[in-house]
Amino acid sequence: MTSMKRRIFLKGSLATGAVGIAVSTGLLTPRSAIAAWSKAAFEAKDVNAGVSALYGSAGMADSDKIQIKAPDIAENGAVVPVSVTTSIDGASSISMFADKNATPLTAEFNLGPSTEGYVSTRIKMGKTANVIAVVKAGDKLYSAKKEVKVTIGGCGG
Amino acid sequence: MASIKMRANVKDGVTTIKALISHPMDTGLVKDKKTGKVIPAHFIQEVVCTHKGATVMTANWGPAISKNPYLSFKFSGAAAGDTVNLSWVDNKGEKDSADAAIK
Repeated sequence: MTSMKRRIFLKGSLATGAVGIAVSTGLLTPRSAIAAWSKAAFEAKDVNAGVSALYGSAGMADSDKIQIKAPDIAENGAVVPVSVTTSIDGASSISMFADKNATPLTAEFNLGPSTEGYVSTRIKMGKTANVIAVVKAGDKLYSAKKEVKVTIGGCGG
Repeated sequence: MASIKMRANVKDGVTTIKALISHPMDTGLVKDKKTGKVIPAHFIQEVVCTHKGATVMTANWGPAISKNPYLSFKFSGAAAGDTVNLSWVDNKGEKDSADAAIK
């Protein structure tokens, strides 16, 4: 009986400890802006889970209206320039995934009504992988991918 | 803390924003070589760009964006001389913002 109580006590203290850490690192800062940041999507371990967490469904159609500009061979995985251009009408969101990263979702861009279907940034890639661009237009999801060979990974020490 | 370098150029009605932000973007996976301790995650989570009070772009970033992030995008409806504002917030609650006049 005593050991049971001790177990419950340990569980309780562990839980509060985790919350305390989250508060101190600002993860639980009550800001409406942060609420848009999908923790589940960014911590998803594979592409489909990430897409589902981000957009609510993983049903994507391949599209030739999405162009990914990225190097065929990236010498340094810590800095891989990636540009995504889409000519799909009404694109409201563009996201980028590197499918072999521990957490594939790298970035999601919400486009305003006057924003063109173009974003460019630099991402980290752990190893050779496909860069997958997902575009949301209306209720539909479109995707395209491009393989990037990475000679030096950029996600670990 | 001027962490943002931004340029905005308008051509044929389309404004191109190019921005560089100084930020370590630590993933929380890398060990410090000297102390052997894991460097805690420290990365920008949200970047917002506004023009005349309207949001043209909201970027949600994970730790897999490279150190000292680069960001570029385009939008229409702005004219030379207008001001655009770019701001970011990271997972520690640090933030910064900058204005640039469109050329």
